[in-house]
Amino acid sequence: MTQTATTPDAIDRGQVGGGWGQFYDDRLSPIKRYAVRNPSLIVGLGLMLSLALFVGIGHLVWDTELYRVLSTPTRLAPSFEYPFGTDTQGRDLLAVSIRGTPLTLRIGLIAGFVSIGLGTVAAFIAAYYRGWVDYGVRSVVDVGLAMPGLLILILVRINIGRELTVDEMGFALGMVGWVFPARTIRAQVLVMREAAYVELSRLSGTSGMGVIFKEMLPNLIPYITASLVGAVAGAILASIGLEAIGLGRFSDPTLGMTIFWNIQFSSIILGMWWWWLPPLVAIVIVFLGLFLISSGLDEWSNPRLRKRV
Amino acid sequence: MIEQTQAVQDSSTSITSSVFRILLAVFGNFVVRRFFFFLFVVWLASTVIFIIPRLSGQDPVKEKLLLEAQRGGAIQQGLDAMAKSYQKRFGLDLPIWVQYGNFLSDLARLDLGTSIAFFPRTVNDIVFESLIWTLGLIGTVTIIAFTLGTLAGAVLGWPRRPGWVQYLFLPLLTLAAVPQYLLGMILIFVFAFSLGWLPLFGGYEPATLPNLSFDFIIDVLRHAILPAFAILFSVIGFWAIGMRGMMINAQGEDYMIQADAKGLKGARIFMRYAVRNALLPQVTGLALVLGTIITGQVLVERVFSYPGIGDILFQAIRLSDFFVIRGIVIVIIIGIAGATFLLDVLYPLIDPRIRVKN
Repeated sequence: MTQTATTPDAIDRGQVGGGWGQFYDDRLSPIKRYAVRNPSLIVGLGLMLSLALFVGIGHLVWDTELYRVLSTPTRLAPSFEYPFGTDTQGRDLLAVSIRGTPLTLRIGLIAGFVSIGLGTVAAFIAAYYRGWVDYGVRSVVDVGLAMPGLLILILVRINIGRELTVDEMGFALGMVGWVFPARTIRAQVLVMREAAYVELSRLSGTSGMGVIFKEMLPNLIPYITASLVGAVAGAILASIGLEAIGLGRFSDPTLGMTIFWNIQFSSIILGMWWWWLPPLVAIVIVFLGLFLISSGLDEWSNPRLRKRV
Repeated sequence: MIEQTQAVQDSSTSITSSVFRILLAVFGNFVVRRFFFFLFVVWLASTVIFIIPRLSGQDPVKEKLLLEAQRGGAIQQGLDAMAKSYQKRFGLDLPIWVQYGNFLSDLARLDLGTSIAFFPRTVNDIVFESLIWTLGLIGTVTIIAFTLGTLAGAVLGWPRRPGWVQYLFLPLLTLAAVPQYLLGMILIFVFAFSLGWLPLFGGYEPATLPNLSFDFIIDVLRHAILPAFAILFSVIGFWAIGMRGMMINAQGEDYMIQADAKGLKGARIFMRYAVRNALLPQVTGLALVLGTIITGQVLVERVFSYPGIGDILFQAIRLSDFFVIRGIVIVIIIGIAGATFLLDVLYPLIDPRIRVKN
């Protein structure tokens, strides 16, 4: 500690001893060093943060009720009055972006938590108790992987015969999306089960639940977090897909519904670039951000990847 | 050993035991086991598809007919015939188990029923017509993307690659993160709308009828370029990233060190040691993402109004044509399960370890 504080660099900054210099060396400099080693995590978090800032500030300074149909003149190019322009049905596209982005993220988060939650529970039950329980879970997972959940969801949605709300869609996507995390997490648990510290804990009389919650789960958290980010991205992709083929809720200004209206009214052919560009940029930022976070977390949870070429 | 013990037993036991042995050999066989799993998945999916409408307590046929009747007019005449056809076809007064049996036997004969929206046409007809377009596009693109992406990833994960290659990584990564249909929209905007080089939508010029003339084939290819590239770009990135990771993992393996110690040439180590081993998870990955690729394709077709299965699915959803939707879902499930089965069966060909175990 004292060594780093007296480096010429630190003296140059006039931060030797106490105060900011102390704080910099203790807290910020490890973060900075980690950021240099793991740029994907930082860039990914930065992208998501910028999106959050856009939405947050947008809600404060803009009238988001303009996302409703016929609240503005139609088909206006971006101007001072309508910075993102308006669409064929008279929505203010800035309001649509501000309202829609968090809705889409909400679908992804609900679906992600539901699928990872179910998947983790199934994985632990299967891998820890083995035997016929494992066999049952594995069979369900194998069949589930072979059946495209999204298509089953389309059928269910058609048969329900009414529009799904954002929360319902997130929940439904989670219900069909848990099999993949269940499979990968189960594989991790199986490996960890044989680890010496788990064996030791079991031999010293810890109960099954104790071993799971005290020994295994804490060590799997980085991996589960990385899976969660992946599941969120997958669910967002699926939700936009469902909405783009016309199975979303027509009154919600989500990113997927905006894409749907774009296709429906052929905005590209009409030359209305301001209509399709914002949702497209938002979706790219979301996917790129989540992808970078996920690979950044991978690096954290799987040190093998650290030996980059 | 087994033969000897059986020889001493009396003849009747030896017959049953040899029958048992044959059964064991047949069902113990990897290929047969996988085939039964394939059948099981298709059966289970069909059962789920059979149950869903009955759980919801709504009758899509009746609803659709009601909707059409409300619109009234010229369609009225077809309505009676339609209703009769459905009553006869589904025997809706029959007990549910008989209905289930009929449904499965129809499915076994690959009879998917009749469309509601395009009434006299069968679902088979409609699905088959669009399936040609989808399979043509997706088949070609998946093979090209897998080959190019795996190669790109292999080079990216190789320490002795030329320096400029690393600049490929960021664009590939970005493309992999962009959904195919969004890439499709950008491509339409740049190459069809702004530059006008390629057609905006469709599978062929609207005024022409599909035929096998040279002009028509060129026309079809011109229309296929943009949707193909939309899928290609994003899928290439996916394969490249996976392969790169596998290659990096292979670097630390003992067989790589051994190959180096033997003084083998770089190219040989690259192809026969690193790529050969890194390839295996890639093929497994192909089986896992097949479903995603197909759903992605469905949306790309929607964006381009490409006359494939995705466009039909959208039309059917818009017209609430339940039987066409159901038919498409069944066909896609059979397609994915069948492709997974084929990959499973072919996998031992590239992985000697599995071959020996079987």
